Amino acid sequence: MEIIQIVGLCVVTTILVVLLREDRPEIALQMSIVVGVIILLRMINQILAIVEYLRDLSLRANISNLYISTVFKIIGIAYIAEFGSQICKDAGSHSIASKIEFSAKVFILVLSFPVLMAVMDLIIKILP
Amino acid sequence: MEVDILFKIAAIGIVISILSKVLDEAGRKEQAQMTTLAGVVIVLMMVIQLVSQLFYNVKTMFQLY
Repeated sequence: MEIIQIVGLCVVTTILVVLLREDRPEIALQMSIVVGVIILLRMINQILAIVEYLRDLSLRANISNLYISTVFKIIGIAYIAEFGSQICKDAGSHSIASKIEFSAKVFILVLSFPVLMAVMDLIIKILP
Repeated sequence: MEVDILFKIAAIGIVISILSKVLDEAGRKEQAQMTTLAGVVIVLMMVIQLVSQLFYNVKTMFQLY
C-alpha cells in the first residue's frame, strides 16, 4: 500500500512544481529535491532489510567481508551521485551533473581496486 | 511525517510569488527582490536540513565512512 502513497505524493508534488515553475523556478527545484528525500526516507526500512538479507547470505556463503562491504559502499556512492546529478539535470545544468558522475566513477574505481587485486592474485595462483 | 514540510515549502513559494508581484505593482522593486531572497533562504534551510538527514541515513546504511 506504500506505493499508492508514494505515487500520490509524487503526482501532487509535480503539479505544485509545475504551478511554481514559471515565476519561482528555484523553489520548484527545491520542492523536487524535498520529494526525493521524503521518498527515500520512507523506503529506508525496506532497503535496510535487503542489506541485512544480503549480508547474512554472504556470511552463509562465507564470502569475505571485504567484498560485500565494498559492494555496499559502491552502491551507496552510486546512489548519492545519481541523486545529485539528477537534481542538477532537472535544474538544466548538465555540465555540473557530468562532473558529479565523473567524480563518482573515480571514487568507485578507487574502491574496487582491492577486489581487482584479490582476483588477480587468485588467477596467478591458479595458473601453472 | 515530512509531507507537511513539502506543503509548507509550496505555500511559501506561492506566497512569495504573489507578494513579489504585488510589491512590483506597488513600484517597490527592491523590496520584491528582498522577499524573493528571503523566501529562497527559508526554503533552502529546510531543504538542507532534510538532505543532511538523508545523507546521514545513507551513510549509516551503506557504511560509507
